[in-house]
Amino acid sequence: MEEIGRAALIVGRDLRTQIIFVGETAAALWNATRYPQSVRWKDVWYTCEQVGVNALPIVALISFLLGIILAFQSAVPMRQFGAEIFVADLIGLSILRELGPLMTAILLAGRSGAAFAAEIGTMKVNEELNALTTMGLDPVRFLVVTRILAALLMVPLLTLFADIIGILGGALTMLTFNIPIAAFLHEIDSLVDVKDLLAGLAKTPVFAILIAGIGCLRGLQTEQGASAVGISATRAVVSGIILLVVVDGIYAFVYYLLDV
Amino acid sequence: MSEPIIRVEDFTTGYGGKILLKDIAFTVERGEVFVILGGSGSGKSTLLKHMIGLYEPMSGKIVIDGDDIVTADGDARRAILKKIGVMYQSGALFGSMTLLENVRLPLEEYTSLDDEAMDLLARMKLKLVGLESFTGHMPSEISGGMQKRAAIARAMALDPTILFLDEPSAGLDPITSAELDQLVLRLARSLHITFVIVTHELASIYAVADRVIMLDKRTMGIIAEGDPKVLRDTSDNPWVRQFFRREATAEAA
Repeated sequence: MEEIGRAALIVGRDLRTQIIFVGETAAALWNATRYPQSVRWKDVWYTCEQVGVNALPIVALISFLLGIILAFQSAVPMRQFGAEIFVADLIGLSILRELGPLMTAILLAGRSGAAFAAEIGTMKVNEELNALTTMGLDPVRFLVVTRILAALLMVPLLTLFADIIGILGGALTMLTFNIPIAAFLHEIDSLVDVKDLLAGLAKTPVFAILIAGIGCLRGLQTEQGASAVGISATRAVVSGIILLVVVDGIYAFVYYLLDV
Repeated sequence: MSEPIIRVEDFTTGYGGKILLKDIAFTVERGEVFVILGGSGSGKSTLLKHMIGLYEPMSGKIVIDGDDIVTADGDARRAILKKIGVMYQSGALFGSMTLLENVRLPLEEYTSLDDEAMDLLARMKLKLVGLESFTGHMPSEISGGMQKRAAIARAMALDPTILFLDEPSAGLDPITSAELDQLVLRLARSLHITFVIVTHELASIYAVADRVIMLDKRTMGIIAEGDPKVLRDTSDNPWVRQFFRREATAEAA
């Protein structure tokens, strides 16, 4: 009984911290849109480089392999019915609407979400957050807003990049099934339209806020001790991925209801 | 006699319902080097963190230059924070910034000076602590003592009237520690900055302190106040004499 009570207390405290964090972050983001000159843009561009440019190779590799795997997995059974050409539609739809945004977001949750948690966690352990506070600087404005803005700028671009590379991977694989690239792209063009691309990209701002927000929150929640930063980074990745998949599910349901 | 620059009244604090310090009251005079000392776990760093507004006490007032930091918020709080500078135990320099950028940061946030003027001021502060040739270095590229001096330069960026130093000698060798003491004395005497220092390094205490208060975890309060050398020689409290004479307890012996 005592343990249940203690666990409930911890969950309650965690929930309270999360609500305060969401409120503070929303207020700081609103302030940033009203007074863009108050944003530390130098830090935003630096974070864009870390989150976006430096993530290009891994996003390219994973998306390319995803395109190849999808193509092989679907082409082999479809060949039995002489329907290899429809692999193009399958790849186009699944990558643009679902896998491109989700895989990119999961990769970034593992890469950038963990990095945000570790950076801010280390700053907390080293009393740098206290130093900011006693300088009268709000850690949320100083650290969280810049990271969320960078993620908002980079996640849609990386997703678009992942979409293109994934389709390219699929197209190259289909060459081995005697489907030329031009035919592959023509087939995609016949079934997949801009609406599908936008349906995928519409998820990315929410994914960006989740990845950066959770990474920063876990960093700010870092306790003292040698293992604290590692724990925060792990929590950022685990809760980030769970929330991404849940939100993606909600999007799928809403798209189904709206017939998007 | 002028009004004290810091006044702590009826101050009580603790964690999770457990009291750590009770009914603390003391004042710090303008321009003095004031040291808070005590054994491990006596609450000296906690007291300092309340004085700089990081923690909220259970009750009491902490009046900094006429304004209570406990109740102040918004612009009033920022005005108080502008008057103080803090050097943390680890230095707490921002690892992703050079020393110059670290010292420039408060200037960027609080002033509308142009880049050139901010650079000039930041260089002047670094020169004051003897780091003028390390402006482009990252904190990880300099020694612990230099990091602490850079942290003092950053704390002085906005020309505060009070500097709080948390365990400045921690992790430093005796020579570097003595150099840091000399720097504190030079800044206190030449710029008339008030220093509030938390430490238990006896050599530093004797070197810099005008006045000390000693906290005790058993009584949760102040057990001694005054000139450290006088306390060492004349205190009625055996624990205070023992602390100043660096003697082991009978049980340990």
